[in-house]
Amino acid sequence: MENLLEIKNLHATIDGKEILKGINLTVKAGEVHAIMGPNGSGKSTLSNVLVGHPAYTVTEGEIFYKGKNLLELAPEERSHEGLFLSFQYPVEIPGVSITNFMRAAINAKRQYLGQEPMNATEFLKMMREKRALVNLESKLANRSVNEGFSGGEKKRNEIFQMAMLEPTLSILDETDSGLDIDALRIVAEGVNKLKREDTSSLVITHYQRLLDYIKPDIVHVLYNGKIVKTAGPELVMELEERGYDWIKALNN
Amino acid sequence: MSQEYIDIFEQNRELVEKPCAALLNDARSKAYARFKAAGFPGIKEEDWLHSNVSKQFAANYGMNLGRVNVKADRQSIFTCDVPDLKTRQAFIINDTFSNGSNGKELPSGVVLASLNETASKNPALLASYYNALAANGDSIAQFNTMFAQDGLLLYIPKNTAVEETIQIITLLQANVEMLSNRRLLIILEENSSASLLVCDHSSMAKQTLSTQVTEIFIGRGANLHLYELEETSHSNTRLSHLFVRQQADSNFIHSNITLTGGFTRNRIEVTLEEGGAAADISGLVIGDKNQHTDNRTLVDHKSGNCTSNELYKYILDEQSTGVFAGKMLIRPDAQHTLSQQTNRNLCLTSDAHMYAQPQLEIYADDVKCSHGSTVGQLDENALFYMQQRGIPAAEARHLLMHAFAGEVIENIKIDALRDRLHMLVEKRLRGELNHCKGCALCK
Repeated sequence: MENLLEIKNLHATIDGKEILKGINLTVKAGEVHAIMGPNGSGKSTLSNVLVGHPAYTVTEGEIFYKGKNLLELAPEERSHEGLFLSFQYPVEIPGVSITNFMRAAINAKRQYLGQEPMNATEFLKMMREKRALVNLESKLANRSVNEGFSGGEKKRNEIFQMAMLEPTLSILDETDSGLDIDALRIVAEGVNKLKREDTSSLVITHYQRLLDYIKPDIVHVLYNGKIVKTAGPELVMELEERGYDWIKALNN
Repeated sequence: MSQEYIDIFEQNRELVEKPCAALLNDARSKAYARFKAAGFPGIKEEDWLHSNVSKQFAANYGMNLGRVNVKADRQSIFTCDVPDLKTRQAFIINDTFSNGSNGKELPSGVVLASLNETASKNPALLASYYNALAANGDSIAQFNTMFAQDGLLLYIPKNTAVEETIQIITLLQANVEMLSNRRLLIILEENSSASLLVCDHSSMAKQTLSTQVTEIFIGRGANLHLYELEETSHSNTRLSHLFVRQQADSNFIHSNITLTGGFTRNRIEVTLEEGGAAADISGLVIGDKNQHTDNRTLVDHKSGNCTSNELYKYILDEQSTGVFAGKMLIRPDAQHTLSQQTNRNLCLTSDAHMYAQPQLEIYADDVKCSHGSTVGQLDENALFYMQQRGIPAAEARHLLMHAFAGEVIENIKIDALRDRLHMLVEKRLRGELNHCKGCALCK
C-alpha cells in the first residue's frame, strides 16, 4: 500500500511554546489510525498543524501528503486535496446558511480540480442524500452554520460536511466528546458508511467508546508531544483498563 | 464659514423668498435668526465631536437660489430599477419636485407633490406641520430651513392605505460645485399606511453638498415603512436630519443604508408621543477610502407602553470612519417601555476608525431596556473553519461580511427590495459598486 501521509520529526509551537516535539507517523491508504493520550499531550495541535491552522508554527520536520509537501499548501488547498478535519469545537457562523456554505465549499473544490460548478438540482440532491446519512434534519440545513445547534447536532453536521466533501484523509478530533450514546452511534455509523478502500482516518480520542464503533488498524499513544507507543487495536483495551499513568511513568 | 452663508442669505433674501409660499418664508425668518446666533456647529460640541461639518461648507459651492430651471431628462439619465418591484416614482432634482410616470393612480385624497406649490395653494393642509419639528433641530436644520425653497410633500388622509411602494429619487445636477437644500414633509393621518423608498443618488464628479430635512408625522394607528438608501460618491456631502413624531398605536419602520458616499451625517429623532407606538430603526454602513459616516439617533419615549428597537451595523474598510451615537431617552411618564439597542461594527483594517456611543437615559422605573455595542474584526475562527472546508480566504471573508450586513437587510419587509439590497451589498462588498448602475452621470 502506498503512503498517504508521512510525518517526519514534526516540531510545532504555539505562542512560542513547543507542543509537538518530534512526531513520526505514517498512514497508508485505507488505514484507520487512532491517536490516544492524556489531556495536553498535543493531539489537537497535531490535527490543527495538519490542516494548516495559522496559530501554529512548524519549526522542524516535514509532512508529505499524497507525495506533496503539505506545509507548502494553503488550508483551502489542503481541503481541496482531500484533507478534512472534524473540529472538536465546530464554529458557529451566524448568517451563513449551511446550504450556501456547502455550495461555496463544493464549487471552490471543483474549480480547483478544473471542473464546472455543480448545478442547483444536482447539488440539492446531494445535500439530501448526505443529510440522510447522519439524520440531519432539513430544517437544520436551512439554518446558519452551527448556530444554536446542540453538541450532537454540531458533530452530526461535521460528518455531514465530511460526506459532502468526500475526503481522502479525515481527521476526527474528539468527535465523541459531548455526545450521548445514541448520537455517538449515529456519528460513528456515518463515518463507517463513508469509509472506502482508499480513504484513511486519524481518530483522535481519549476514550475507548468511539473505537468500539470505528475500529482502528493501528493505535498510537501521544504523550508530551511525541508518539510514545504504537500497537494494534488491543492497546485500546489496555489503556481503558490501566489508564495513562503507566505511560507517563515510562516516559518521565 | 457661517458668516459667508449669512452674507449670501442677506444679499439674496429677496431672490430666495420670491418664489416661495408664506409658510416657508415665515419659518425662514425664525431659522435665519437662529442660524445667525448659533452658526455652524464646531467640533467642540459633543454632537459633532467626530464630524467637522463646518469644513464641509468650505468649497466654493454654487447655490441655485434664483431657481434657474435645470433641464433634466430624468428618465434618460436615470433608472433606479428594483426588478420585480412596481413603484410609484417621484424625483427631487436638486430641490425641485417632479413626478415620475410609472405606477398606478394614487388613492383619492393622497397628495404627492411639490412642497412649495402645495404650501402656496393649500397652506391650511401644511400649516400645523411644516417646520413644526425642525424648528427645534440643530443649526444644520436651521440652515436648511433658511434656504429651503422646495421639496416634496406626501400627504395620506385617514383610513387610506397606499399599497404600491412610493419611490423618491434625489439627484443633484449641475455643471459646477453645487450645494442644495431639500425638504421632505410626510404626513400620515389616522390609520393610514404607506411604504416609502428614498434613494439618494447625488453622484457627480464635482464636489456636491446636500442638506435634507425630513419631517414625518404618523397619526394614530398609522403605519409607515421608510427605506433610505444612499448611493452617492466620495465627493458628496450629505447632511440629513430626520424628525418623526408618532401618535398612539402607530408603527414606524426605518432602514437607513449607506452603500456609498463621501461625508455623511444622518441625524434621526423619533418621538413616541403617545402610548402604544412602536419604532423599529436600523442602519447599515459600508465604508471605504476616506468615507466618513456619522449616524446619530434619538428615540424619545414620552409616553408609556411604547416599544423601540434599534440595530445599527458598520463595515469599515481602508481609512474610513464611522460614528454611531444612539440615545434612548425614557421620560418619567414612559412606564412599561420596551427598548432595545444594538450596535455592531467591523473594522477591516487598522486604519479604519469607529466611534461608538450607545446611550440610555432612563427616568421611569418600570421599564425594560437594554443596549450593547461592539467593535471588532471578522471572526478568525470562522474564517479558518471555512478555509478548512475549502473556501478560499477572500471568499470566506466575503461570506462573513455579507452575513454580518444581512441582519439589517433582513429587516426590510418588501421582498423585491430586500433581494435587490442583498445584490447591491454583494456588489458593494466585492468592490463592483464604484459607479451607480444605470446612472449616465457616472458612466
